[in-house]
Amino acid sequence: MKKELKVAAIKEGTVIDHIPAEHTFKIAEMLRADSLKNVVSVASNLDSKKIGKKGIIKLGGMRLGDKEAQKIALLAPNATLSIIKNYKVVQKKKLELPDEVIGIVRCFNPNCISNKEVVERRFAVERKSPPALRCFYCERLMTEDDLKVL
Amino acid sequence: MKSIVSIRNLSREDILYILSLADRIHTANYSGDLLKGKILATLFYEPSTRTRLSFESAMMRLGGRIIGFSDPKISSVAKGETLYDTIKMVESYSDIIAIRHPSDGAAALAADTAKIPVINAGDGANQHPTQTLLDLYTIQKSKGRLDGLKIGMAGDLKYGRTVHSLADAMGHFKSELVFISPPELQMPKEQKNELSARGVRWKETEDLQKAIRELDILYMTRIQKERFADLVEYEKVKGCYILNRQMLSGAKKDLRIMHPLPRVDEISSDVDDTQYQLYFEQAKNGVTVRMALLAMLLGKIR
Repeated sequence: MKKELKVAAIKEGTVIDHIPAEHTFKIAEMLRADSLKNVVSVASNLDSKKIGKKGIIKLGGMRLGDKEAQKIALLAPNATLSIIKNYKVVQKKKLELPDEVIGIVRCFNPNCISNKEVVERRFAVERKSPPALRCFYCERLMTEDDLKVL
Repeated sequence: MKSIVSIRNLSREDILYILSLADRIHTANYSGDLLKGKILATLFYEPSTRTRLSFESAMMRLGGRIIGFSDPKISSVAKGETLYDTIKMVESYSDIIAIRHPSDGAAALAADTAKIPVINAGDGANQHPTQTLLDLYTIQKSKGRLDGLKIGMAGDLKYGRTVHSLADAMGHFKSELVFISPPELQMPKEQKNELSARGVRWKETEDLQKAIRELDILYMTRIQKERFADLVEYEKVKGCYILNRQMLSGAKKDLRIMHPLPRVDEISSDVDDTQYQLYFEQAKNGVTVRMALLAMLLGKIR
């Protein structure tokens, strides 16, 4: 079968691949893709051998910071991130959550002190995929459905 | 260890070390001037007379002094000061802090903020580690060990912070846990899964009377009416979890009964003068364990 490029290539920027299809637009929204000035392509429900249906987001002229990469890893723990220069992939990595995440999610416990005072929101990552985070303050464990990304 | 915030942060060795210090404090009958010149700040953002007095008694018995508040309505808190700012102020006024706060995680924030040691005296629904340590000390002192026991926990296991922490801590020891409660108030699934994952043996039953027969320790807690959406259900179950002398007829001779106190009616007074009663001793041990913690965190005993 002829290999076909489903989403137009970009000259410079970042490609996020292997996003579970149901999270493609959520991640695009999280990255505020709608307000970017450069080329943005979003494709979803593409066939994937690895994860069934996947999404791809290509962000022209943009490099992601650590916090953005961690936020993506929360929703798409198996996603890959490629840096593109002059139409070539110069760096490709699998996204992975670090052992501790700071400042990317809000604790789901309304009685947690981190929702009452101005503090750094800290979580120990107890499981990376699917993610399970334990709040440094109130010690409650948050899993997929509870995660409130900042 | 700089602070005592959560029982989760303590290893088996940490726990045994703290209990051994408590034992030394107890047998040496420590009093006098071990903590002379030291100041404990008791910051009680919600009332808990028993815990506060126990901390203050522990500090005074070791020759230390106390500052603090037990009614946030009349303190700077009422003026809207943040916990962070209060801690920054108090750390320059004292050598160690004991904090009780209605928000989960307040003690972790205090310990993270303060340069001086912090002891969690209860943070919301989360942790009350000194209660757990005194429970463990009481079991060890009464039974001579923490391994190889059958420990029953009865009553409200769903919302009871005390039993959650105790189960968590007992997971370090090779004892079997028996959770005794009505179906509405069972131990949370998350906690049971965690215990299983750690290889802790536990089982669940509704029948207190039957379970009593095989236990070495029975830890009673109160079933609160407010926890029931259907009061008919409450009326049905409440009687089954009120312990009286007659229910103890099939118990092992060396069964001991514990309770974090205050009790309301979940242990009838005819149990008080039986050989099984351990809850008054348990309350007394609270001072000993807190003496050990204060002395340890201030570097005066090792």
